[in-house]
Formats: sequence, structure tokens, C-alpha cells
Amino acid sequence: MWGSNARAAHPIFFHHVLKGIHKGARMYCVDPRRSETAQWADVWLGIDVGTDIALANGMARVIIEQGLANTDFIEHATSDFEAYRDSVQEWTLERASAETGVPPELIEEMAIRYAKAPTAQICWTLGITEHHNGTDNVLALINLALLTGHVGRYGSGLVPIRGQNNVQGGGDMGALPNKLPGFQDVENPEHLAKFEAAYGVDLNPKRGWHLTQMFEAMEAGKLRALYVIGENPAQSEADVAVTRRALEGLDFLVVQDMFLTKTASLADVVFPAAADWCESDGTVTSSERRVQLVRKALEPPGEARTDTEILHLMARRLGFDWGMPTPEQIWDECRSLSPPHAGMSYERLEQLGGIQWPCYDESHPGEQFLHSRLWSEDVGRRAQFTPVAHALPADVLSPEYPYRLTTGRQLDSYNTGVQSGGYSSPRRPGGVLELSPTDADHLDVSDDDVVRVSSRRGSLDVPVRISSDLRAGLMFLPIHFPDDVDVNVLTIDAWDQKSGTADFKATAVRVEKL
Amino acid sequence: MDLRLIGAASTDEERRAVQAAVPNAEIEIHSGRAVAGGHRARSLRHLLLPALTAVQSEIGWISPGAIDEISRRLDVPPAEIYSVATFYALLTTEKRPTRVAHVCDDTACRATGGERVLEAFEGRDDVLASPCLGQCDFGSAAFVQRAGDRDVVIAPADPGAVEAALEGEDPPERGPAIPKRSIDLLDRIGKVDPSSLDSYQEHGGYAALERALEMGPDAVIGEVATSGLRGRGGAAFPTGLKWKGVAESESDIRYLVCNADESEPGTFKDRTIMEGDPFAVIESMTIAGFATGAEKGYLYIRGEYPGAADALQQSIDRATEARLLGEDILGEGITFDIEIRRGQGAYICGEETALFNSIEGYRGEPRQKPPFPTQAGLFGKPTVVNNVETLINVPDIVLLGGAAFARTGTADSTGTRLFCVSGVVHRPGVYEVEFGATLRELLDMAGGVPDGLVAVLLGGAAGSFIGADMLDLPLTFEDTRAAGLSLGSGVVVAYDDAADMRSVVRRIARFFRDESCGQCVPCRVGTVRMEEALARNLTGGLPLETGLIDDIDRAMKDASICGLGHTAASAVQSAIKMGLI
Repeated sequence: MWGSNARAAHPIFFHHVLKGIHKGARMYCVDPRRSETAQWADVWLGIDVGTDIALANGMARVIIEQGLANTDFIEHATSDFEAYRDSVQEWTLERASAETGVPPELIEEMAIRYAKAPTAQICWTLGITEHHNGTDNVLALINLALLTGHVGRYGSGLVPIRGQNNVQGGGDMGALPNKLPGFQDVENPEHLAKFEAAYGVDLNPKRGWHLTQMFEAMEAGKLRALYVIGENPAQSEADVAVTRRALEGLDFLVVQDMFLTKTASLADVVFPAAADWCESDGTVTSSERRVQLVRKALEPPGEARTDTEILHLMARRLGFDWGMPTPEQIWDECRSLSPPHAGMSYERLEQLGGIQWPCYDESHPGEQFLHSRLWSEDVGRRAQFTPVAHALPADVLSPEYPYRLTTGRQLDSYNTGVQSGGYSSPRRPGGVLELSPTDADHLDVSDDDVVRVSSRRGSLDVPVRISSDLRAGLMFLPIHFPDDVDVNVLTIDAWDQKSGTADFKATAVRVEKL
Repeated sequence: MDLRLIGAASTDEERRAVQAAVPNAEIEIHSGRAVAGGHRARSLRHLLLPALTAVQSEIGWISPGAIDEISRRLDVPPAEIYSVATFYALLTTEKRPTRVAHVCDDTACRATGGERVLEAFEGRDDVLASPCLGQCDFGSAAFVQRAGDRDVVIAPADPGAVEAALEGEDPPERGPAIPKRSIDLLDRIGKVDPSSLDSYQEHGGYAALERALEMGPDAVIGEVATSGLRGRGGAAFPTGLKWKGVAESESDIRYLVCNADESEPGTFKDRTIMEGDPFAVIESMTIAGFATGAEKGYLYIRGEYPGAADALQQSIDRATEARLLGEDILGEGITFDIEIRRGQGAYICGEETALFNSIEGYRGEPRQKPPFPTQAGLFGKPTVVNNVETLINVPDIVLLGGAAFARTGTADSTGTRLFCVSGVVHRPGVYEVEFGATLRELLDMAGGVPDGLVAVLLGGAAGSFIGADMLDLPLTFEDTRAAGLSLGSGVVVAYDDAADMRSVVRRIARFFRDESCGQCVPCRVGTVRMEEALARNLTGGLPLETGLIDDIDRAMKDASICGLGHTAASAVQSAIKMGLI
């Protein structure tokens, strides 16, 4: 578990992890905090925030030096190994330990155990990706899996755990600025032509802006109208003061949501949406690429409509009468255009309890392992090693901002609290700044004392809670309570040029007792 | 794991007590930057009961702070620790006086008025009524827990002696109880010095182990099978079959458990053996371990037997020094170790699978069978569980040969049997008799059939009352079974017309209500309803609801997980049939 507090953030997934642990599976946990997940680990490595690549490359060097690399697999299915091998040479255990802050013998132990295990998985979430170099972090982990052959076969693999039941499905359906459904490329004329033919219109042949670029465009005055579906950027974006300014400066803002979120309250028009999981039919796609049917159980309340109804009504007002197709008809259109979904009729989805893509025709059972081809005789495109360099967080520590603040989640709250803030829970610690006993001593604060936390971008007042799960110099704020603790006024909007994700996990702060 | 601690502070004394019981904390903390623990930490779960016992014994109660401390060291949630702590009668999570006397008011003591000792302490918060303490040959008994000091047994007990022990005085030393009759098994008791290995060897000790090592494991099991030895704990299962099952299992790890949680009311034979001839238990376990391929034996002794536990710990230490335990026993390359575990006041832990759970650090609740212990027992490994009395037959079988052993007794009940005779007999005590002797003969040995005999409780609280018309019943497995009875753990308590039989029967019902582990509904509810029905009749004066008791009995027999529920109504039903209530 690398950069994931799944015990709190993915409790259902973690039940399966616990089953494995009870049956003897060993778990290593990499997390700056000794999180609830880390407390289940056989070994927890409390690295400095943003030193994941140093750790991964240090592990790789151990694996190569000790002859534990899976050379057969590397030769058979990968490319660019030599460049990778050379790139990790500088990461001696001593250097990896100095950079990450964790003992060299435990880095070595984790490397050896990972390489020697008959099956092993690396699971990660936002602790890996929500960095200014999140993509490089992911590549560093992929390199480890390629080095050891822990990919594409039963029990082994790379497991990015999704935050919701349908994050995967959103991407699969083309809700990305450069993609069409089924990972077809907007900028590939052949792909585009297929969709233009099917839709009977010309499509924009250029990729769009991703979220972070959109906000930059809003600031620059280049983006003047925004249609937000099921997202609450007024509270969830890094450096949120800038975000709010951008939203308020728009000519026109439409928000479609189940709740009147902070973002919706800034909108010119709000479309009340039905709940996807119980008030509409359709499909969702889970982290393991399994497309499953969702069945409507309730009528939406009041004027709320399903997302497809709203979109079709919008289209009609804009002069395109698409009728009112059923979700199955929409799905069948998608199948006709997206080869990996082609074989997934509603009937089969129902019958099989879901199908994992790719599923190219109605006789195809779906693929349990996305990369199983790497083990077959005909490998196809080889898996590429990508050397990555370690880079410290963009928001540097300084005498003026000496503490490292990281953010994350708690068990019984969800994202910005829109859906979970409405009920109380005995287990909700709430919006408090967690800090180590040493720092509490130094700042002369005890539980519930209010402090002012300031970053280079903003400041907020928050009560503290002393936690022995944090080391000196490291502090933690939950993201769930933006109304009380507006954590993203602190975070930096430095973002990963490859993924567009902002650096929520590494903020330099100053703390003063009030 | 992500523990939710209570947040209470522990004292230095509590931490010391826990550390003594859990010597190697398996969680390594590297300067707040890394922690190694996980499976390694949780593998110490089996030290939970010893840790709780240590705190109870040192401090006198288990505080929230102590629970947090144990939780941190064993990586077990406080709620689970609480659930285990509250399972056992000798452990308390409420602060109470540092010295507490548990005074027996159970079935056997009631035959001679022993329960009246308790009346002297009415209203005292440091004296509690106790189920049978296994001192029935003395007619009354008390067990005194003393925080920071040795726990002591007082038997016979009188109010003055109990008061003195509560004030911190040690009761006078009492030598081991001498069996009233021995044919064979108990021969050494009284002659041998229980603290001396040399003395044990001079009296023939360890000849059988040497012989067994010469014979080899298969031959030993063969002789045990030929001997026809059956378990003496109550279920009468053929010992050879049990051993064979474990010896032939695929597993590389096997365990031997000696069940010395002697808690059946009226039973005190295992105590007599353990206090009087402890090395015999050690040698017998060693032979059993060798024969079945177990390298580790657990000896589970009830908490109320401090004398037996001391004697056996000392014997284990001596035998280990003399290389009769440990690695390379007698230079033959055989490994066998014995670890003592102490019960903490739970009758149910005498049930073999409950005993496993108790050792493993869980509530002592029986498991569903199958799988049977020979397949998946202690820590999920193939396990032989034998009662103390069963095991001490083994040296004789090895030395005499199974066929010769089988010539004693009857065809189905070979060898001899120990009976715990108490109540209104002239000479209460342990009697070894050849299988086949009748109840009358046994009572004659104890000084004759008592005048005014009303009833005999045969087999303990889980057994049955029988009347004078049954005195000629041969005390064998087959004859008792044919009569719808059970020898159980060899309990024979005689009651005359001076005994208040209604209170005796009521006490048995209360016993089962208290001792039901509560895991399965028929027993948890049934034992309470049965006692209530008796109370309505005995105290409330309402007609006895025999139909209701029949229903409860049937439900408990049909649907309880373990033998406790199956037999909980047995004595009550027999008392009703005999017209005792």
C-alpha cells in the first residue's frame, strides 16, 4: 500500500486486503503518516512527503544488485531496461535512506520481499498521484513491477484504487480532454472520423483543456462560460481562493448536481440531478475495469432528472432533437463505437454480473488481467521502462514555513463533505490539525487549542489534535470540512504537466498559537 | 492494527506486570519513521490470557489503563481484550478489594453443610460464592486471590481461616492429599517426594519413557490402541484412535494438550495426581508427545489450583535441567517442551475446543465440530487432548504392554478408574478401583453405605442423581451407558436425609446458568429458563413445570454446540424423576 490510506478511504476494498492479511499476506505500507492502514502493516515506512521516487529507485537498485530482477520477463516483454538500470545506479541504500528518512535495512527488506514474493501487488492512491510529479511517481512504481514481473498475472499487479464506483467509467467514456470513448484519440484523424460519421457532425480535432488548464484559462479571461456536472471545484481545488475568484468572474456558470454545493451556489443556472446509483438506470465501471449494470430503484424527487434526461433536454433547446433514448440505447451506441465495450450487451452484463473490458465481441468473456499479453508468446507492444528522476515538492520548506502539511481523508466522511456532512458520526474526528507531540510541545499547544496555519497562499484557524502517528515536522489536515477548515486556501496549485493533477499533498506552512 | 485505545493511563506496576507476561514486544519502532509489527505483533495473541492473569494477580483488577497497555503490546483491540477479561470469573475489570475469597457453596460441599462457611460473610464485598473448587474431599473450601501475593487454597475452610487469609496470613502448608485406595496409578503418591526428580526416578519414574523411545512412536500407539484405554475426561473416546489420527496427519506441526482444567463439580482426582506425583504427568505427556509427533505440549491447569501449578512448573524446570524435556531428550534427538497455561475460572474451558480458544487468547467458547481436534485443533493444527488421568495410564501401558493392561477391568472398560468420593461418607477421597466394581463396593471402601442415603450424584453436575436402588450398578462405561447414565469425571457424591436436596438441585441449575458461555442460544437461554422454573417452584411455591423443563432439555440437547448444553438439564431431570424436588 503506497500512498494510500485505504483503511479509511477505501474501507470496502480494505476488507479484501484484511482477508488476505488474515490468511498470511504481508503488507508493507509507505506513507508519511502512520495511518490506520499503516498500523496493519508488517512494516510501515514513514518517508518524507514527496520522496517516493527516491524510495522506488532505491528498491530497484537493491533488486538489480542482488540478482532478483526477473530477467526472463524483462527480456521477453519489456524495453529500455538498460537506461532504467543506469538511472537507478545512483540510488544506493544510503542515499535512498538519507533522502526518504527511513532506515536502509527496511528499504532493503521491502525490496527483497517484493522481488521474491510469488505474487505481489502495488496498490496506490492519491498519495502517489496528487503531487506535482504524480505521473513520474506512478512510472517509478510501474518500473518496479516490470523489474520483478509482478504484472499481468494472477495475484500480481499494479492497482491504482479509484475513489468512486465510476471514476474508471468516466475516463473510459471519454470524459477526458484528449479522448473519445474507449480510449480513442481526439487527435487521431482515423478515430475522429469514425465518430464524425456516426454522429453526423464535424468534431473539434484538437484536444481540450484539462481541469487545471481550464482554471488558468478562466483567470486569463479565455474561458467565459462553464458547465459543471457533479463536481464541487469551489471547495475541492487546490489554492481554492484563486478557483473561487475564477468561478465568480465567469460570464455564465451552469451546475448540474444532486446537492446545492458551494459551486452550485455560485451558478447562474442549477439543474437538480437524480442520484445515479438509485434513481437512474445505466452502467458503472469499477477499478478492476468491470462494467456493471445499475438499476433504478426510486423516482427522483421533485424536479430532479437523470443526467441523460437533462443533457437531452439541453440538446433539444440548442436545436438538436435527439429524442429521449433509453440508457440501453445509449450504451448500444457506445458499444458500436468503442471496441473494448463491443461485446457487453445489457443481457450479458446482467447474466455475468458484469464484464471486465476489453470485451471485443459477444463471445468474448472479458479480460481478467489487462496485461496478461506480456506473458504470452506474442507480447505485442513491449512494456517500456521509463527512468524517472526524484524531485522534491514544489512548495519548499523554509525558516518562514518550516512545517510540511499534507492532506487526506477520514473513514466516515466523503470528499468535500457534500454527501457526508449532513449526518453525524461518533467516529468523525472533524476538522482538526493533527500534529506530533514534539511539535505540540514546541508550539506550546494541547488538544483543542486553536492555531493559525499559514502557507505562502493563505491562512486558516483550526483546533489541533496531538497524534503520535505523525513525526515531528509533519502535520495533517482532512479535506472533508471546507466550510469550517478551508484547507485548500493553503495548498499549492503547482500541477503535474502530464496529468493535470495539483499538488495537494505537500504544502509548506507556518503555525502560530492563537 | 488501527487500535482505538480507551485513552487511559497505566501505572508503572501495571506496565511491569504486562511486560513480565509478554517479554518480547514484537513491535519495533524506528525513531518514528518506521514500524515493524503486523503479523509478528499479532502472533502474540496467545499471550493475552497470561497478560491479563499477570495484571489481575499483581494489581487485583484489570484497569482501562492496563487494557490499553496490553492492547498496544499485543496489537489486539481493547474491546476484544475486554471481552476476554470479562469471560473469566477470576478476572475483574472493576476495582475491588485487593484480597478476595471465593468460598465454595457448590454441590459436593452442600452434602455436608460446607456451604455454610459463606453465611458468616454476608454483605462482605471481599467474599464471593464460588462454584466447586475441587477440594470436595475436605468438605469445604475457599480460594483466596491476593494481589501482589500468592493465591492460596484453604480446605477445609472455616470463617476464621478465611478471614486470616484475607488479612494476608498464609494458611498452614498442607501436604498432598493421599488417595484412599490405589491399585496402581496412584501408588507413588505419599511415598514419593513430589518436588524431587531423583525420588521420582527411584520409584520407577522415567522407565516408561526410556522404554517408549526404544519401541518407537508407532509401537507405542499400537500398545495404547491394544490396551483399550478410553478418555477419562467424560467422553470415553478411545485414546489410541485419537493418537493415531494426529500421528498420521500431514501437518508438520502437531500439539499435545493435557486438560487439567478439572472443573466438574465434585471432581478432585487430577488435583490429587498433580500435587502428589507431578513428574508422572510430565513423563506421560512426554511419551504422548513422542508417540504422536508433537514437539510442544500445553498443560492447562485451572486457576483455582495454585498448588498443582507450582508443583508442575517446578517439575518441568527440573525435567528440563535433566534433559528429560527440551531438545534431544535422553540423547535420542527427540524434542518436547511443556508450557503451563492457567485457566481463570471458566468451567467451559474444560471442553477441548473451548480450551484451545482460551490458550489462543480468545473467549473460551467451544468451536463447531467437525473439524475435530485431531484434524484442526490448537492454532489450527492436529492436536491430541487428553485428561490428566487418561495420560497417567500411558506409562503402565508402555511398561506392561497393551494386552496385559487390557486384562484389568472389563472388555469395554479396561484398566482402573479413579473415583472422587465425597459427601456423607466416612472417608472421602480418591479411590482407584478396577472397572467392574459396583457403586456399593465403592461406598463400602469409603466406610459403608451411609445411613439415611437419599441420593448419589454420579458424574458431577453434568451427571445424574441415582438412588439406593442403583447401588449394584457396575461402574463401567458400558453399564452406566445402558442405564442412561455417565461416569463423567468419576464423581460420586453421597447425600443423606440431612441434605437440602432442593437447594442442591437449584445450585446445579445456577451453576449451568453461570457457566454457559453464552455463545449459542439454546444453552444461553435454556440454562436461565431452567433455573427460573426451579426458582418458581422451590422459592415461589408454584407447581413444578416439568413440561417446560422437558422442552428446555430437548432444545439444549438438540441444538447446543457443545456438551455443556447437552448435559445441563441431566441432573435436574434425574432429581425430578427421583422425586428429590
